[in-house]
Amino acid sequence: MDKLTIAGRVFASRLLVGTGKFASPQVMAAALEASGAEIVTVALRRVDIDDPADDTLREIDRERFLLLPNTSGARSAEEAVRLSRLARAATGINWVKLEVTPDPYYLLPCPVETLKAAEVLVKEGFVVLPYINADPILAKRLEDVGTATVMPLGSPIGSNQGLKTRASLEIIVEQSNIPVVVDAGLGLPSHAAEAMEIGADAVLINTAIATAGDPIEMATAFRLAVEAGRKAYEAGPRAPGRHAEASSPLTGFLREQ
Amino acid sequence: MNQPSTISDRPSIRSVLASRRLDHDRDLWEQRLREVTSRDVEAALASRPGSYCLTKLLALVSPAAEGHLEPMARLSQQLTIRRFGRAMRLYAPVYLSSHCVNRCRYCGFNRDNAFPRVRLTVEEAAAQAEILASEGFRDILLVSSEDKAFITVAYLTELAKRLKGKFSFVGIEIYQMSAQEYERLFEAGIDGVTLYQETYDRATYARYHLDGPKADYDMRLHGPDDMGRAGMREIGLGVLLGLADWRIETLALAEHASHLIRRYWQSRISFSFPRLRPACGVPAAEFPHLLSDQNLVQMMLALRLCFADAGIVLSTREPARLRDHLIGLGVTRLSAGSRTSPGGYTDPDANTGQFEVNDHRSPGKVAAVLKTRGFDPVWKDWDGAFCSGSELTCL
Repeated sequence: MDKLTIAGRVFASRLLVGTGKFASPQVMAAALEASGAEIVTVALRRVDIDDPADDTLREIDRERFLLLPNTSGARSAEEAVRLSRLARAATGINWVKLEVTPDPYYLLPCPVETLKAAEVLVKEGFVVLPYINADPILAKRLEDVGTATVMPLGSPIGSNQGLKTRASLEIIVEQSNIPVVVDAGLGLPSHAAEAMEIGADAVLINTAIATAGDPIEMATAFRLAVEAGRKAYEAGPRAPGRHAEASSPLTGFLREQ
Repeated sequence: MNQPSTISDRPSIRSVLASRRLDHDRDLWEQRLREVTSRDVEAALASRPGSYCLTKLLALVSPAAEGHLEPMARLSQQLTIRRFGRAMRLYAPVYLSSHCVNRCRYCGFNRDNAFPRVRLTVEEAAAQAEILASEGFRDILLVSSEDKAFITVAYLTELAKRLKGKFSFVGIEIYQMSAQEYERLFEAGIDGVTLYQETYDRATYARYHLDGPKADYDMRLHGPDDMGRAGMREIGLGVLLGLADWRIETLALAEHASHLIRRYWQSRISFSFPRLRPACGVPAAEFPHLLSDQNLVQMMLALRLCFADAGIVLSTREPARLRDHLIGLGVTRLSAGSRTSPGGYTDPDANTGQFEVNDHRSPGKVAAVLKTRGFDPVWKDWDGAFCSGSELTCL
């Protein structure tokens, strides 16, 4: 399997995992281990970033995992930028998963505020991984301002509906020069495999692992699915077959000279 | 304008071609083409129609794909109609000058050729365009040889201003300019630029381009990047078919297109297929790589199956019968009623053209053929209001 490179840093795993919604920090730690993930995202609003004894942070081995702070809860560019600066000041980490979600019901990302915040953060030297709707033009605009990835959603966050945005994701994958990480809505390992099969560079899973009956087993299942999907993509899948026809109505003229 | 911050991070087209050995290693690519099997072609046909990767295109332009032209044509037809509809853009060229400082061995305007050279004043060029407008054209292509002393940015700006009221789309196919010059032209209302690399093979390029600014392969190669930076809406690419092995040229051309699409995602790429033909008095010994009709069709279909949204342009170099059959197989833009010498629309016999026209039908006749084949001839597919030069500024 090819390695994943984001902002010059190389990762063997193509599965990113979120740290919310677990029954306990210990279950979370065991699930992270089973997932094989190397990037884990934490909500700045959930953890006490200044306190190494914080329940969640204490369980994450900073030697093994790249801690990716996210701005979950931010409703505007201004809030997201402020959160990012605080996180960097406290942790020294200049990577940020940019989330700007003004709507408290579906937590859909705001394209206008996200682009605005990305522009500011990139200029300030952040490695920005923006969470977006599956909007191909927005993806290009973010790439233009210099984000490290784009993270389009498969379906609304936490909804477990799978790749409802598949047609747009395919366009984003086709056009992107930066890694595409499908984030949100993937409820089953088969959803993750599907995202990898269409050429996504990685996926991010949180709810589907954290709220499973057995989060550790589910983390293993997602790890295997992501590997299977990536291998299938690299192997060059065939599109659904088409029937051949014997006659030559379109090119017959070439032989009639 | 169209200048993403990621541009500088990506390799130049020069290094892309060099790393793939597409600019010099014919033996390597001939061997790869020979190794393609019928199964490889089937795999290429089963991949997502309209998406590009080099391996897929290699299969589609290989000799092995010659047995698969019909399914290729079917897929290309479906894809083209889905993306462009049953519509065909019509355009016509106006030649501005036949003075040239270059010595290109394949070209009628080669500075070594002795014939009466002609330059049109802005006034005369506008009069030629007027004739095209009266025939219904709203899409015009201004063509000139490398006559930088006369066909200046000021000349083109002035002409573009004169044409804007009558034509909705003004393209140029002239000598290569700088990014700043393209920017000025874009601001003046020039919407698209066509600049053929002619051949991507360095040795062949040197053999046919004996002297003049155009003899610099690398400078030429960089031209379309400058158009992208200037924000041009259409960037026309092409190779002069007959100079080198068309299969390898198609691979290099596609790499160039892919490079531009990734960098300048707001510009549309189009492909043209200028083919040297034995009928033009081209000595076969001088041009050992002439294409058959079948080769030309294969190339066009292969590119369409890799670039769903690329414009595919077919000029009147090609004969009527072939052009009619190609309607709907991938072509999106046809010229009609073209004269390839400066002043040709008022005096067809006055002087030497750049190439010999093989489809002499009037624009009206071509439009009628399109209709009988179920296509809508589209004269206007753009509006001057999109451009910065437009007078309507209030919103």
